[in-house]
Amino acid sequence: MSLKFTEDHEWVLLEGDVATIGVSAYAQEQLGDVVFVEVPEVGAEIAKGDELAVVESVKAASEVYNPIGGEVVAVNEGLEGEPTLVNADPHGEGWFVKLKVSDPSEIAELMDEAAYKTFVEGLD
Amino acid sequence: MGDTSSIQKTVLHDLHVELGAKMVPFAGYNMPVQYPDGIMKEHLATREAAGLFDVSHMGQVVITGDDPAKAIEALIPGDIQALVPGEMRYSFLTNDKGGILDDLIVTRRNNDLFVVVNAACKEQDIKLLTDGLAGQATVTELPDRALIALQGPKAAAVLARFAAEAAEMSFMNYRELDIDGVPCFVTRSGYTGEDGYEISIPNADAVALTRKLLAEEEVSPVGLGARDSLRLEAGLCLYGHDLTEETTPIAGGLIWAISKRRRAEGGFPGAEIIQAEIANKPTTKRVGILPEGRAPAREHTEIADENGNVIGEITSGGFSPSLQAPIAMGYVPLAYSAVGTEINLLVRGKTRRAKVVKMPFVEQRYYRG
Repeated sequence: MSLKFTEDHEWVLLEGDVATIGVSAYAQEQLGDVVFVEVPEVGAEIAKGDELAVVESVKAASEVYNPIGGEVVAVNEGLEGEPTLVNADPHGEGWFVKLKVSDPSEIAELMDEAAYKTFVEGLD
Repeated sequence: MGDTSSIQKTVLHDLHVELGAKMVPFAGYNMPVQYPDGIMKEHLATREAAGLFDVSHMGQVVITGDDPAKAIEALIPGDIQALVPGEMRYSFLTNDKGGILDDLIVTRRNNDLFVVVNAACKEQDIKLLTDGLAGQATVTELPDRALIALQGPKAAAVLARFAAEAAEMSFMNYRELDIDGVPCFVTRSGYTGEDGYEISIPNADAVALTRKLLAEEEVSPVGLGARDSLRLEAGLCLYGHDLTEETTPIAGGLIWAISKRRRAEGGFPGAEIIQAEIANKPTTKRVGILPEGRAPAREHTEIADENGNVIGEITSGGFSPSLQAPIAMGYVPLAYSAVGTEINLLVRGKTRRAKVVKMPFVEQRYYRG
């Protein structure tokens, strides 16, 4: 499976009905040094488009909106002590949450890596 | 992104872009919020060596007249007459209710006053000063000068390479110095808590001189993002946030900026209210706040007592790169203002514990000779 992306710069990796979600390399660059990530509680039901997490940099707080609806089954505990994982490895160790997805077909609405690359290039 | 049609640029704008700055609109100017190093590194570079900031968006004003030091005291509670030429003081314009209209720095020079005001209040301040001093003094803006700040423990050593005399200056003193042959107004002051200088440079020479300072090994360019985190660590107020028309200097903890003579004599807008607050204590007070854990509590975060009743609000809050922890300041009722008082912060619906602490959060390191 490969990563899918949203226009809000989140990535989703869907494996079976579990989606791992984080923010893209482009997003972490825009955010700057991440100092805190607020993640939801395990067990929370979060609809698509609702607030999933909040990323805090030195300067500001930024909301992360849920790209695909589901129930939180895991959160990245490592971010608590080491939030800069988001900067160092945004598509890997810097993941935010894992969701048990309600409707896996929603993934089809997201961009693949090539489409996202084109999208980001269009922003500058 | 808002309306950018009327946005202004400082004379250093193209240099910021060349250095890779991320530019944002701020107080009507397109300003660097950060350079490629990012806020965290820029902040720490200023604390460890030296940071160079473009603050040309701020207003530089000269006030001339028979006795401008006496005249301006009708508008501000600062003791300007006590200054000898070459000394400067932090003060503020007040309104009839004792609220703060802006904070500013007044330098007494041989024949005039040199005043620096906030960018966002520039037009208002110049009008207030011009109208308030009409018939006694003339207010002239200096749009032909840039303003940079060189801040940090290495600032003095760096500047001395270009103007040896700079090293002899004490905190809150002013001199006219030739820096690398350019005639500059130099003050030993700043907004970071560090030793350092603010340097007013003729526009025509500003880019070349800034480049020369940046070429020194110890000096990094620093944007508005780190300027804000540095001043917050130093416990310094940001006008429009920690100080407003609704806050008095006494609630704001700025009584130190009003001398005994001015407290006794009054004679500035809102003097009666401010004198009454000095005598009877204000109802609220600005305090330093240390949240528990790592989550920053930003401006407008509500402050609650142990029962969850909202008692105040954070006016500046963020993450301290030096302490690697969140820090904030805000207003609470006097009964909650003692150092060590436990309070709660309502951050995105969650209650987070915090403590009232002494400011500054990071020790100020001014050079007092």
